[in-house]
Amino acid sequence: MSGPLQDWKSQKKPFAAVASAPVFWLTLFFIAPMTIVWLYSFGQNAGQADIDISGTLDNYKRAIEWLYLSIFLKSFAVAALTTLICLIIGFPVAMAITFAAPKWRPWLLLGIMLPFWTNLLIRTYALMALMGTNGYMNKGLGGLWEGASWLRTLVGMQPLEAWTPVQLLYNNFAVVLGLVYVHLPFMVLPLYSALDRLDKSLIEASLDLGAGHFKTFIQVVVPLAAPGIVAGVMITLIPALGAYLTPDLMGGTDSQMIANVIERQFKRANDWPFGAALSFLLIYAMFILIALQSMRSSKVKEAG
Amino acid sequence: MFNRTAIAPLEYTRKLWMRSWVGLTILFLYAPLIVLMIFSFNDSKRNVMWKGFTLKYYEKALNNDSLVEAMVNSLTIAFFATIVSLVIGALAAVMLWRFRFPFKGLVEGTMSLPIIVPEICLGVAFLIFFAKVDWPSDLPWPLNLSAITIAHITFCFPFVAMVVRARLASFNKEEEEAAKDLGATEWQAFRDVLLPHLKPSLVAGALLAFTLSLDDFVITFFTSGPDTITFPVKVYSMVRFSVTPEVNAASTILIVLTVALTFIALKYQGVKGISDAH
Amino acid sequence: MTETKQPIIQIRNVSKRFGKVTAVDNVSLDIRAGEFFVLLGPSGCGKTTLLRMIAGFELPTEGQIVIDGQDMSLVPPNKRPVNMVFQSYAVFPHMNVTDNVGYGLRISGVSKGEIRDRVSEALELVKLGGFEDRMPDQMSGGQRQRVALARSLVMRPKVLLLDEPLSALDAKLRAQMQFELADLQNKIGITFVTVTHDQDEALSMASRVAVINKGEVAQLAPPSDLYEYPANRFVADFVGSVNIFEGTLTLDEPDKAAVDCPGLGKVYLNHGVTGPHGANVWIALRPEKIYLHVPGEGKAVRAAAQDAPDGHNLARGTIKGMSYLGDVTLYDIQLEGGQIIRVSRPNLSRHDQEDFTWDDKVSMHWRADSPVVLLS
Repeated sequence: MSGPLQDWKSQKKPFAAVASAPVFWLTLFFIAPMTIVWLYSFGQNAGQADIDISGTLDNYKRAIEWLYLSIFLKSFAVAALTTLICLIIGFPVAMAITFAAPKWRPWLLLGIMLPFWTNLLIRTYALMALMGTNGYMNKGLGGLWEGASWLRTLVGMQPLEAWTPVQLLYNNFAVVLGLVYVHLPFMVLPLYSALDRLDKSLIEASLDLGAGHFKTFIQVVVPLAAPGIVAGVMITLIPALGAYLTPDLMGGTDSQMIANVIERQFKRANDWPFGAALSFLLIYAMFILIALQSMRSSKVKEAG
Repeated sequence: MFNRTAIAPLEYTRKLWMRSWVGLTILFLYAPLIVLMIFSFNDSKRNVMWKGFTLKYYEKALNNDSLVEAMVNSLTIAFFATIVSLVIGALAAVMLWRFRFPFKGLVEGTMSLPIIVPEICLGVAFLIFFAKVDWPSDLPWPLNLSAITIAHITFCFPFVAMVVRARLASFNKEEEEAAKDLGATEWQAFRDVLLPHLKPSLVAGALLAFTLSLDDFVITFFTSGPDTITFPVKVYSMVRFSVTPEVNAASTILIVLTVALTFIALKYQGVKGISDAH
Repeated sequence: MTETKQPIIQIRNVSKRFGKVTAVDNVSLDIRAGEFFVLLGPSGCGKTTLLRMIAGFELPTEGQIVIDGQDMSLVPPNKRPVNMVFQSYAVFPHMNVTDNVGYGLRISGVSKGEIRDRVSEALELVKLGGFEDRMPDQMSGGQRQRVALARSLVMRPKVLLLDEPLSALDAKLRAQMQFELADLQNKIGITFVTVTHDQDEALSMASRVAVINKGEVAQLAPPSDLYEYPANRFVADFVGSVNIFEGTLTLDEPDKAAVDCPGLGKVYLNHGVTGPHGANVWIALRPEKIYLHVPGEGKAVRAAAQDAPDGHNLARGTIKGMSYLGDVTLYDIQLEGGQIIRVSRPNLSRHDQEDFTWDDKVSMHWRADSPVVLLS
């Protein structure tokens, strides 16, 4: 029982006591920095260490040149692919947790979430160690290859050529795999949340009416879990879009994502205004995604 | 595998394919970490073949001055960031829960921005900010960590606010009124009635803030300098340039620390708290 | 219970508005020291708001509240000489019973020894002796309520406020607590002010009741007066069940009056109608005051209505509904004009409920002192 909200005017002193610190901090250490970045995006380098805010749109114009636009689009494609894979892998996992016996459920959730709490860098590095040319993945693939070769000789066919390790790292494949590895736990939680709230009797009703499991899944479970799917997609897509570490460590020269480009402007190219412009374009892209999602969900609310 | 009782139609989790799927996923998630931890004990410079058990890389890691310094820095930052985030986050939660004030929606929205804005953009913003205000760069330890700490606090406190706010929603306001009715002042009622109710969320929020701070790479990367290296940044440079089992050892230490913290949180909240808290 | 004449709480022209909504509309009433005062009314009528204003959790938009001679306009809740038992009890979940009950004393700086003694005393009073170390989650709702009571009583307030004290209890516990609260109040002698929507509670516990309707006081009277002499249709209908018929005043003398009701017939009263009135009035007749006649007892009817002129205080109808409640049977009888009148007939013998059945034609009469004339 919460009770009504108090008007701040009726209790000025307690309100000030409570509100001053957060508002102050937010203004000084969030709004101020973001504003400076925004201003810089309209500026240009002037001399060694100065930036002249001249109101120019050059940075933005440059940011939408094909060179950079293509990286934006590629980042989006990579993030989308990552999200899709996470969704496909994660949905059955979320279902498994939902329908598991109650005593197992928290443990399963913990099991999925625990990797998320370990350091991103370490997780990425651990994955990389397995993917090197001499790493276990290659070894495993090599083993499968040899095994297939051996089976062929059994049947009387020519054995396969000798196994050469596959380049698993430093390419787009690695980046996607790395992103999936890092973001999978994030996807499972909202899916589980939505599935848990699902009225199980609806599934039973569908099965009772003769639909098979798969049909029930497509026509009953998925639509009803839609809000959870949307939440999971948002919680995966947006961070994946802005990912820096994974493409940096695991990607090759052509697997750069937008975050890497931004970083270069600050650490190497020393073109801060351009970096600022790119940063803000990324932020605008995210806001558009979020706006799309909330428009969608309010449409669903109207219809439903 | 072999079911003793028939599987009910909705008991998806007992189906073989489902179990395999989940099993494989868990394997996928944990295998790299487990391999990493195992190889931290491997007596070989290259992380490939198992050559024998050794603790020498742990020794090396613990003797690696810059690594230890980085670890200490990370812990210090996490410690201070947690305390300040806890206070600011709790205050923010109470402010939003209790009061009606002009522009409340705007303030609420702005407070959740540090969570939404991509880390790279936040990192950039702090880099620019500290450069623009000429933040002093030659302060003694631990003040030289202030820039990083400020950045951490900024993205941690909204999370704390979220956690505390959720707990506030279940508070019975009549308890606060009862305290006042019995003679307590505003502050006494807060201290004696509201704060005890919030305690679980404060612990959860603190752990969350601590983990977020300890783990952070991108924002720290942009706000740290050559003399303010933190642990993730140090490991990053080690990974980029020289991959030795020392990195494994250092990483294993951090994993164990994180898992230990998580289990402490669990013991405090109860395992059920996880599925309830989602 | 001893009641002194001096009002301990004076509510003077108090109004409370929330934006466009008026919760309390110009209420004035006095609560006397030592009485068990009840604010009765349906949900949303403003009674809880009024209580909270006495406690200090809401401030009046207009008007004054004076407690024990002191104007409370600028006095915050923690400094008022009243204590409240909340609807949810609001027992502090993280403190045991002793710490809960002793909270107010600790805040005022009372010595540990004295706290211990007064807490025991309070717990004995609410029959929770021995519960000192229990935690609230180890106790039932009824026990938690007693803790809340003890917690307030230990402060020795001048007035104890109770917000819907019995609403969360089951029926048996409710009946028990009604007695206990009245008993407690009698023993301690402090003023109790209770808010409730349950008229049974109000009638059984109160020394005086203020019936609140839409923010205004509909009637302020002792329970028997509320029931037998309701001031208006709202009170007549809210407290107990009642039959109300509109009519025209045809006779009005100091010792008798008559009203002509189109639906009911001619009604004769053996007293005059008090207060300013026009021709248009209402008659309120309680179901248990109507005699129902077994069909065929025509002679007995005329004989029974002897205290009224011919043709008055009589009615005829057909039984359209029956509810057997064990101790009484309720009959819904359709009159010649079409309206339904409700009659409550005690089952004086074990076969009484068999006397009537659906569609029986019956005749009714009532005494001349039974109807009440309502002017609004």
